[in-house]
Amino acid sequence: MRMNSAKGDLDFELYPGLAFRGKWNRKPYKLIRKLGAGVTGYVYLAEGETGSVALKIGTEPMSITAEANVLKQFSKVQGKPLGPCLFDVDDFLSANSVLPFYAMEYIEGENFVDFLRGKGPEWLPVLALQLLSALSALHQQGWVFGDLKPENVIVTRRSAEVRLLDVGGTTRVGRAIKEYTEYYDRGYWEQGTRKAEPTYDLFAAAMMVVDCAYPRQVKKERGNTASQLKKLVYQAPLLKPYREIVYKALMGGYGSAEAMKNDFLASVKQTEERSRVKRKQQRKARKQKGAPIDLILVMSFVLILFVLYLLIQSF
Amino acid sequence: MEGKRMNGTLRQILLMTDGHSNYGEDPVAIARLAQEYDVTVNVIGITDENRENEKGLQEVEAIALAGGGVSEIVFARQLAKTVQMVTRKAMTQTLHGVVNQELKQILGQNDEMEDLPPEKRGQVMEVVDDLGEKVLLEVLVLIDTSASMTNKLPMVQEALLDLSISLNSRSGDTKFSLYSFPGKRNPIERLLDWTPKLQSLTATFTKLSTAGMTPTGPALQAALQVFEERRGKRRLEDDENEQRQGRFGF
Repeated sequence: MRMNSAKGDLDFELYPGLAFRGKWNRKPYKLIRKLGAGVTGYVYLAEGETGSVALKIGTEPMSITAEANVLKQFSKVQGKPLGPCLFDVDDFLSANSVLPFYAMEYIEGENFVDFLRGKGPEWLPVLALQLLSALSALHQQGWVFGDLKPENVIVTRRSAEVRLLDVGGTTRVGRAIKEYTEYYDRGYWEQGTRKAEPTYDLFAAAMMVVDCAYPRQVKKERGNTASQLKKLVYQAPLLKPYREIVYKALMGGYGSAEAMKNDFLASVKQTEERSRVKRKQQRKARKQKGAPIDLILVMSFVLILFVLYLLIQSF
Repeated sequence: MEGKRMNGTLRQILLMTDGHSNYGEDPVAIARLAQEYDVTVNVIGITDENRENEKGLQEVEAIALAGGGVSEIVFARQLAKTVQMVTRKAMTQTLHGVVNQELKQILGQNDEMEDLPPEKRGQVMEVVDDLGEKVLLEVLVLIDTSASMTNKLPMVQEALLDLSISLNSRSGDTKFSLYSFPGKRNPIERLLDWTPKLQSLTATFTKLSTAGMTPTGPALQAALQVFEERRGKRRLEDDENEQRQGRFGF
């Protein structure tokens, strides 16, 4: 595939410290370090006119242009930003080639699953609800994210806000999804087509929630994939409060992100209710037992004071 | 990319092989010829885990380059995703070529998409995307069934079912046909005539003969013939206004 040689071009042309101006808009950029590599090119952290930006730079103007198109649409979505803001679309003229690029907002954070693995179970619904809100807004605009996976969902470091990255798979509702990752693709799990519709994204979102409960991805087994998925969802203690919801999403049972979100909210409230009742019961139990711990604390405090008093007296 | 006006159908040959041709015409020449017929040739070279046959696959890229298509060398287990990607990429590439031709008509001989400012490029890309979604696509899958392919055929089958899922998710129609080579008496053997969906191919794959020869060139030639016959048939069937519709308009 010629892709490989193209990547080779990029490796040769790009390096930290490289400074250039865009061919069309003449804005200056200086590359700082590579942040990652996607299917269509590299993402670099760069210094722009007004501060840090993320620069997606590739070899194929077609795919870079298509992504910039989607990001432009994103910025038209009212209210909260769903993804990075788009600043500039241009070409970098090097000595040997023309490399198309776009500059976008640099979002610092951790990917969805990594973030959750280092945190308590109370974080799962918090992030899942945010993700579903973002998807809901996107779907209402007539887009399906497509390549939804942990790497493409970032949780911002400062405000624990969920943002979508890498719009290479984002597709208009009703068309065919072009880019996807097998593990999160319902076609791969034999649960439906690759037509861009809300249910497609919700399958992937549910798979991401399943991911949080397991240390690594499972292998697809031959045969009944639906029952394999069910087992995955129902065996994880972390997923217990939401397992019906997650499984329903995997089976394409939610027509909209909004519906899935509402069910999630309801189960969060239920869990809260249960833990409140539990706490009450615990408090009652403690009262009946009396409070030996408090008593011992007070007694020992008094004892220490007394010893100190004796010491002071003896000097 | 040969800038040919096209009449609303994309034709692709998807060749899957694990070795190089050792009989008959040079497949690179035939692939080049395919472009004259408005047929793109994509090649997927299947390699073993131990990379033993990598040398034999050097031909793969050459055939695809000559055939205006896309090539990729993969392990059998990664086949599904690759087949989908190669087919898509080739579609976009072909359509991109068509749109570039149209642009030349509008902007003058030396202008291509890359020469447009990014703003305008975005609009052109929307058009390419739109065509890729709606165009009629005919894919002739050509499978090398020489002896060494035997253990890879289950993965080939899985990959084709996956491709069928992807392409049938488009709004435009897709037609598949499936041929294996070498055939018993002819260069290629028909396993499946033109059909919109690749259902389970288990039955077809049991019929495969596994001989030692790999006549890739003659097989491609025969595949081109299949497209030609189909086109001839269609001309007879189509009424006049279909003919007048012709190529894409902007």
